[in-house]
Amino acid sequence: MGFVTLSARYQFIFACLALVALPFDAAQAQPADRAPDTMAARVLACASCHGAQGEGTSDEYFPRLAGKPAGYLYNQLVAFKDARRKYPPMNYLLEFLPDAYLKQIAEHFASLRPPFPVPAIPVVSNEILARGEVLVTHGDPQRGVPACSGCHGPSFTGMEPAIPGLLGLRASYISAQLGAWRYGTRTAAAPDCMQIVASLLTEDDVKAVAAWLSSRPAPADPSSAPRGSLPMPLACGSEPN
Amino acid sequence: MLRTLKDLLLLLVFSCLWLGASQITALAQPATPPDSASMIARGEYLARAGDCIACHTAREGKTFAGGLAMKTPFGTLYTSNITPDPQTGIGTWTSDQFYTMMHNGRFPDGGLVYPAMPFASYTKVTRADSDAIYAYLRSIPPVKQANRPHDLRFPYSNRSLIIGWRTLFFSEGEYKPDSTKSADWNRGAYLVEGLGHCGMCHTAINALGGSSESQAFEGGLIPMQNWYAPSLTSNKEAGLGDWTIQEITDYLRTGISSRGAVYGPMAEVVYNSLQYLNDDDTRAMAVYLKSLAQGTSPEKPSSPLPSAESSLLLSLGKSIYDRECASCHGAAGLGMPPHYPPLAGNQSIQMVSAVNAIRMVLNGGYAPGTAGNPMPYGMPPFAHRLSDDEVAAVVTYIRTSWGNRGEPVSARQANELRSATLN
Repeated sequence: MGFVTLSARYQFIFACLALVALPFDAAQAQPADRAPDTMAARVLACASCHGAQGEGTSDEYFPRLAGKPAGYLYNQLVAFKDARRKYPPMNYLLEFLPDAYLKQIAEHFASLRPPFPVPAIPVVSNEILARGEVLVTHGDPQRGVPACSGCHGPSFTGMEPAIPGLLGLRASYISAQLGAWRYGTRTAAAPDCMQIVASLLTEDDVKAVAAWLSSRPAPADPSSAPRGSLPMPLACGSEPN
Repeated sequence: MLRTLKDLLLLLVFSCLWLGASQITALAQPATPPDSASMIARGEYLARAGDCIACHTAREGKTFAGGLAMKTPFGTLYTSNITPDPQTGIGTWTSDQFYTMMHNGRFPDGGLVYPAMPFASYTKVTRADSDAIYAYLRSIPPVKQANRPHDLRFPYSNRSLIIGWRTLFFSEGEYKPDSTKSADWNRGAYLVEGLGHCGMCHTAINALGGSSESQAFEGGLIPMQNWYAPSLTSNKEAGLGDWTIQEITDYLRTGISSRGAVYGPMAEVVYNSLQYLNDDDTRAMAVYLKSLAQGTSPEKPSSPLPSAESSLLLSLGKSIYDRECASCHGAAGLGMPPHYPPLAGNQSIQMVSAVNAIRMVLNGGYAPGTAGNPMPYGMPPFAHRLSDDEVAAVVTYIRTSWGNRGEPVSARQANELRSATLN
């Protein structure tokens, strides 16, 4: 009992000493600025091309990231890290980041909901635009081209966990990606459904699809469709069933 | 009856003793064979210290199966398969043959190894450590993947030229401890000069692809990669004479410190190798590295007096800095260490070579993700947002402000580095 009392007394004395010492410590230490402990501060490196909220920038070739499903964004980050998807500035930035961190980065951008950009005013003829709309919404059954909406959703907001939304992207970016799939410079896990689809498209098809998609207004609800809710016409290695 | 019981008990006791003894024997046995679990574990650790994986594993390739293209000024070398596959790897090699490769740069058939394999450093590795790495490499899964032939330009494709190179730049021999120095210092020297092969980048490489011993650790531009590996002997560069041991170990182990962070090729070294070293070894390296630069304190900072032209450059630089950089690095260049590195007084910004500072502005960069810093912060790239003149102006500004003593850089220098290999 006496020991306990003694111990408690010492504790009290130490606590008093600590209280006295604390203000001195605080006064002596420079209030050093620390980088904010947030994901937003950590991914500032992404902001100069993709916007602070992943909303995209004025550069036509840098895509919007915000709100795309985390699984899709993660797959792209890993593909860039491993240089399977080739774009040297991205390959360089991600080379020494662990996969667990890439997952956090993907989840960060997936969770953001900045406003969509003003839709592009099409620079192609109405005829091409109409061709784009048909291809995107109905595909071309005679040539075996599936509709984009079959996998990317009727309002093109993608599907969890790994099919991206197609809105808020510029025509240049969309046509560059479809081109990259056609020529094999962008690939995904087998079966690489987008490579199959893109290889069925002509250059005119790509132009029409990109023009129509980029002219679409923001979706009423930007959320991706729930996992497994869309009847995908093709098997995709990136999207687990 | 009683006797029988007693006998039974005795039998039980003796059985237990015998079993116990045989277990002790069984436990004692694996300590002697060469490929014991502890030896393999030590070999794995040493292979990390030697960063074997960085070159002997291609991106998305199987671990240690080689095939990585190494661009050199003499052509492209393809790294070799060092898995224990008997046909395509090193499965038939003996530990003697492995040691000869590490120590003397010769294949089992006597052929000479291209010095892109850092045997000029690995020669300092002890036989025991070489044997441990050998045991580890025998324990990993074999991969059947034939080595790709090198693609070297004439005359470098002639292997006998290596004889000349060896005469000039190779001196065989295990590390000899310096008895006047501490155990830490000697261990650090062994790791830095041997397995760490730090001199491969931090010593200037000449036109013959060799580096002179008298210029050891004095820094140089890394061929093909266009990053400058700063001097480890000069406090005006990456000399660590003015750093505390804690700052050096933070830097080596986690990739960040209150003095600066690692980017470029050094990020690879921290990511694949240094972050795995234990406290004792990291500390030993810090002690040795610090000693390399002692006695050469930096001169007192003084601001250069700007001419009319450079004052125009500086005022443009300052306006870009205040707009793009100050939010993280601070108006006075103090940064927010360790995640936003300080620029004022930062040696790597004031070096004679402005290559690294220009590249950081153009390409940005992430410090490596390590156990000690699993969620690093990133510097944004500005190549697409700033013109050559603007890059030159802002780099000049940070190299000459706040007491920094760097030289101004030109738009031409900035432009040349736009095409530098990124990856």
